[in-house]
Amino acid sequence: MNLINLVVNGKPYPVDIGPDTPLLWVLRDALGLTGTKFGCGMGLCGACTVHLDGEAVRSCQTPVGSVGNKRVTTIEGLSTDRSHPVQRAWIAEQVPQCGYCQSGQIMQAAALLAKNPRPSREQIDREMAGNICRCATYQRIRRAIQRASGEIV
Amino acid sequence: MVAQAEVSRREFLKEGAKTASALIIGFHLPIGGRAEESAASPSLRVFKPNAWLRITTDNRITVLVEKPELGQGSRTYTPMIIAEELEADWSSIRVEQAPTVPAVYKGLRTGGSSGVRNTFTSMRSAGAQAREMLLMAAAQQWKARKRDCRAENGTVVHGPTNRRLSYGELVEAASQLPPIDLDEITLKNPKDFRFIGKPIPRTDAPSKVDGTAAFGIDVRVPGMLFAVIARCPYFGGRLASFDASAAKIVPGVRAVFPVPPLPRHINTAGGVAVVADSTWAAIQARKALALKWDKGLGGNESTDALRKLIVQRAGGPPTFIAVDRGDADEVLAGSAKKFEASYESPFQAHATMEPMNTTVHVRDYEIEVWSPTQFADEVQTEIAALSGLPTEKVTVHMTLSGGSFGRRYQWDYAAEAWQVAKEMQQPVQLLWTREDDLQHDFYRPYNYQRLSAGFDDQGKLVAWSTRVVTTPISGFNLYTGFAESPETLTDPATVAALEWYGADIAPYSIPNFRLDYGPADSVVPRSWWRSVSSSYTPFAKECFIDELAHASGRDPLQIRMDLLPSTLPEAARLRTVLELAAKNADWGKPLPKGRGRGIACRVGGSYSAQVAEVSVDDAGAVQVHRVVSAVDCGIAVNPDGVRAMTEGAINFALTAVLTGEITIKDGAVEQSNFHDYQVLRINQAPEIEVHIVPSTEDPSGVGELGAMLLPPAVANAVFAATGVRVRRLPIDPRLLKRSKS
Repeated sequence: MNLINLVVNGKPYPVDIGPDTPLLWVLRDALGLTGTKFGCGMGLCGACTVHLDGEAVRSCQTPVGSVGNKRVTTIEGLSTDRSHPVQRAWIAEQVPQCGYCQSGQIMQAAALLAKNPRPSREQIDREMAGNICRCATYQRIRRAIQRASGEIV
Repeated sequence: MVAQAEVSRREFLKEGAKTASALIIGFHLPIGGRAEESAASPSLRVFKPNAWLRITTDNRITVLVEKPELGQGSRTYTPMIIAEELEADWSSIRVEQAPTVPAVYKGLRTGGSSGVRNTFTSMRSAGAQAREMLLMAAAQQWKARKRDCRAENGTVVHGPTNRRLSYGELVEAASQLPPIDLDEITLKNPKDFRFIGKPIPRTDAPSKVDGTAAFGIDVRVPGMLFAVIARCPYFGGRLASFDASAAKIVPGVRAVFPVPPLPRHINTAGGVAVVADSTWAAIQARKALALKWDKGLGGNESTDALRKLIVQRAGGPPTFIAVDRGDADEVLAGSAKKFEASYESPFQAHATMEPMNTTVHVRDYEIEVWSPTQFADEVQTEIAALSGLPTEKVTVHMTLSGGSFGRRYQWDYAAEAWQVAKEMQQPVQLLWTREDDLQHDFYRPYNYQRLSAGFDDQGKLVAWSTRVVTTPISGFNLYTGFAESPETLTDPATVAALEWYGADIAPYSIPNFRLDYGPADSVVPRSWWRSVSSSYTPFAKECFIDELAHASGRDPLQIRMDLLPSTLPEAARLRTVLELAAKNADWGKPLPKGRGRGIACRVGGSYSAQVAEVSVDDAGAVQVHRVVSAVDCGIAVNPDGVRAMTEGAINFALTAVLTGEITIKDGAVEQSNFHDYQVLRINQAPEIEVHIVPSTEDPSGVGELGAMLLPPAVANAVFAATGVRVRRLPIDPRLLKRSKS
């Protein structure tokens, strides 16, 4: 038995799984939380971004054994009703096209705004540069972050 | 792209209504609807006027959308078009993916920017048919004249008395009605549109901000297993031997077995499948496989060797002449001033964010498939053919797709998933990793274009010739089959559509023009990539025009205007977009040193012009700051959708201009993930403005439009900024590096 006690979106999940397993696959395959996406498996695209104690991390590069007592937040736990300012801004700016990368984009943006509620355009570009959107909704992502920024402060 | 049989609006609705009744409703009705219990809520009665609409007594309207949702907005524009004619209350509308029943639904596919174009009239008719039946039902109930009734925001209103009945209240009565003669249905006058032409928010946006949108990779069915395949990395190569002993002891592994390559026209690589309890276990076990491959016939292919062949092809005799107006060769030979240039762009990958995957459950005498595809009925047909089952025994659920850009027109990954699942008693999800995705794509063809043009002694552009050379799609995709040699490509129409469409200089008025074509053989699979040949033909044509403008001391906008004949309607539409883009991009206004603007335009289907503004730093790095696009796409059904598609297409092409390149060594792709196939990131993304020309023409498509003009607009801007002409993509910064002197 490799029992690991995860706390994901405020709920305890005891998981019997190898500690080297990336958090991404634990979330998706063991817990059924499929909102977090697989994109590259190398931490290059950001589709798998979740929060560990509020910090944005790439879950494909995070062995589940390293999570410890840190609280995991996924897109499903950002709000229960799409009421997080970033989610509302994403809808207001009509950001998503295919939508596949947007869980990761939103989690990255939420972590950015929690640290820096008034990011400049350059700061947005720097902090979001790890998240690829192949539909390339980038200018709407910028605008949505600026919009949410006004609401968070 | 694949030809779609044109079905008249009348046949379409008749057949749709008829077979919908038989296959979906479960009753055979000649036409029209019938009330029955709603599957979702048995206490509700439902009116099904045709295959695309269900109206329930709680005033909910369900629209069944045929077109796949790949990000392009089919689940928004389809209900908009239907709601327009139905006079629906937008808040009452729900959207569902239509089932893969091709006898009823002819449009379970999309490609070639055809989605809105192919649904505009048929879906308006579907909405209008329901509206007329509801009007008739209300008129009968009130014993009133139908012409005194009007449909309005989900209700029928009797004008003289102002009585009202909601659509929900009319479900029973409308369902009793006899068929409506479709000839009596009049579609709305566009000036009365309430939805079409408005920036209606996407219906799928809420599910795409909270993680609930379910893509192919998110399919979860009871008892499912997860699989990956170790594929032969060498195109045309084969598995020689493998040792699975280390893989089989990885915890969670259920099975390891070889999968053969499927016949050439399917083009799967073949290899060794690993099936496990979780995706991670399958990926880990694949790493533990010991694999030996035979390189096969393509083992010597490299990008360098291919390039030599292509350049040689550009100088040799063509396979055939595509366009021949006047006598370009002779006039060129005798021209006062002659210019020549060659343009080249390499293989490109689609690199959708959601990697290829499909889930398949093979049971006794039936197969269930969940696939992120842009061609559901073809997946059904192919898996039926492979398995030997009749198509009705193959159920295909078309899921959301995490991008496509042409990739999901191929069904290789679905066929592989079937190959794996048929060996197991349980459902299996086959997932491609990013490495699989980049190394086993169907790539945008390698292409090379050699252009010549001549001025007469008055400075008039009198002759132009273009040679297009590609590794042809026509010889290597799942639809045309693999031609043993590209020399056998004999159908000019196919080659035109796939290889050189967009290279004709019309409507530029140059009296002598010749366009010819020569293929180059390659083992690399290739297929449609957002805008197909128009991803490279405008690069050559619109850059060469720019070269000729500078060579003859003319403004690049002006030379284009001067070449457009005053009488042609298409020239007029082109002038409009050129002027619109130029005005909004401040064309002609001075820029600081190191900055430049470039312009490009195109006709055919939709009309567009683009102006890019770039700067180049001392190291030669290009930054695109701003792109102004003018678009005439007929009626813009959803203007915000048109803007979103154009922004995305521009940035998609920018990857190919700045960094994207797939190279081949020893018959295999050298790139493997986003570190060496670098796609555009937010810090490289320009501000994009999209200006839409008001129009009453039918919609003509925008999914690919933005991608066509970005390469020449940027290359021309780089010339304006630096004086250096870019003729190969992606741009090599070393060409633009400024020496310290």
